[in-house]
Amino acid sequence: MTTVITVPASLDDASFEQVLEQVAPLPPDARMLVDARHARWASPYGLTALLTLAQTREVRPAFAPPEADETVSYWSRTGFFKHAESVYDLQKAVRVRAAGESSVLLEITPISKAGDVHEVVGRIQQRAQAILHGELGIDAKATIGFSMTLSEACQNIIEHAGRGGWVAVQSYTWKKRLGRRVVVIAVCDAGVGFRQSLESKEGRSRGDRWDDGMALEEAVIRGVSRFRDPGRGQGLAGIRRYVGKWSGKLSVRSGTARIAIVPGWDDDVPLAERLPAFPGAQMQITIPERVPAR
Amino acid sequence: MINHIDVSVVLRGTVCDLYSNLVTRPTGAAVRAEIEQQLAEIGGRTLTVIDFTHVGLLDFSCADEIVAKLLLKYTDDGEAREREGYFLFRGLNDSHHDAIEAVLERHGLAIVAQGPEGEPQLLGIVDDGERLAWEVVCRLGAADCDDLAEAAGLPAPDAERVLNALRRRRLVMRVEDMYVPVGLAR
Repeated sequence: MTTVITVPASLDDASFEQVLEQVAPLPPDARMLVDARHARWASPYGLTALLTLAQTREVRPAFAPPEADETVSYWSRTGFFKHAESVYDLQKAVRVRAAGESSVLLEITPISKAGDVHEVVGRIQQRAQAILHGELGIDAKATIGFSMTLSEACQNIIEHAGRGGWVAVQSYTWKKRLGRRVVVIAVCDAGVGFRQSLESKEGRSRGDRWDDGMALEEAVIRGVSRFRDPGRGQGLAGIRRYVGKWSGKLSVRSGTARIAIVPGWDDDVPLAERLPAFPGAQMQITIPERVPAR
Repeated sequence: MINHIDVSVVLRGTVCDLYSNLVTRPTGAAVRAEIEQQLAEIGGRTLTVIDFTHVGLLDFSCADEIVAKLLLKYTDDGEAREREGYFLFRGLNDSHHDAIEAVLERHGLAIVAQGPEGEPQLLGIVDDGERLAWEVVCRLGAADCDDLAEAAGLPAPDAERVLNALRRRRLVMRVEDMYVPVGLAR
């Protein structure tokens, strides 16, 4: 029997939970059809998480692409179908187009080794400057920090996940919650996740409470790493500083929990627990357009 | 003799000749290993300019590997302390500063960097006494304990203690009885 997993019409980090609620009760070897026929829009998080979802399955799932031409066209330009072909059985042939739309700063890119991070950072720098400074009104100097943030986010996959993942960067107008343009980095993997990564830390003392939420608090808020090297853990700290400086939002989901650094313009909760279980780690960084002071 | 190491050349020579950004921990570790190899070949006490002029991006992981771990190895508490390696950092832009200062703070380290006019500047963690002593010695060009005590109004034992602390941290070099700031040494 094949279970149909319905993809919401608008797929982002919040609505992806609806996908996971459908998947969580299934055994890993269950046959699954991910039905995106009615999807009309997806954030970079939504698209990279869909690819990650397929990686978590023991039986290669099927995928029904969106019916709307413009959605297929946009997802194609993000590079989604090019990679979906490698992890899903596509139910319908999709014409794969090259990326190039101006809002796609970085098409979906697999990350599995240090060279991938060099490539990603090299590719994004010029476009990031045009978008961040030209369209979002952010200081030109912030472009470098953005690339550093991207680099550190990708390195979490290489250093901790134990398997490859995906990164994508897009800018778009976030009408629903903010009414401004944003640039969004999404980095998703189906690796070991924060809790298991920290469990491998030598000499780690286990308190009464130890779960995905606590692991996220240790890593994201307190900069704890599984390595004894005191220099470790600086990447997430650097991401937090950058996000704070530019009134951005950072959210990291791992296992059954999600932690967020929540700016004033958002009403998300700092820590969500008892979410549907999902392997690995999924990170989203959102930098909003600057609004000139009145 | 002052050695000069162009970090961008080391990057292209050891990791990939197409790279201009110092990103990822393995990249930083490879670059540092090559720098250490060059210093080992020279041997003895060394003063080395680490030049970032042609480096594009430097992320925190690379800064930790290249700058912090290099310093940790060559200060008085490090495994290569007998080689007495001193470093002057050149060509740092604002974003390099951000990454380097973050890792220096994490480890409680300090470096000497060349400012825009070539003047030596301290970056990182130094206490008020160390900073005062550093500024006085820079103004004098070189100083012994008595010079610092007199110029800074310090008791002689305190002057000696702070100069030794700066030397152990590789921020000043001891040349016979004089202490010379790293950025002014010839």
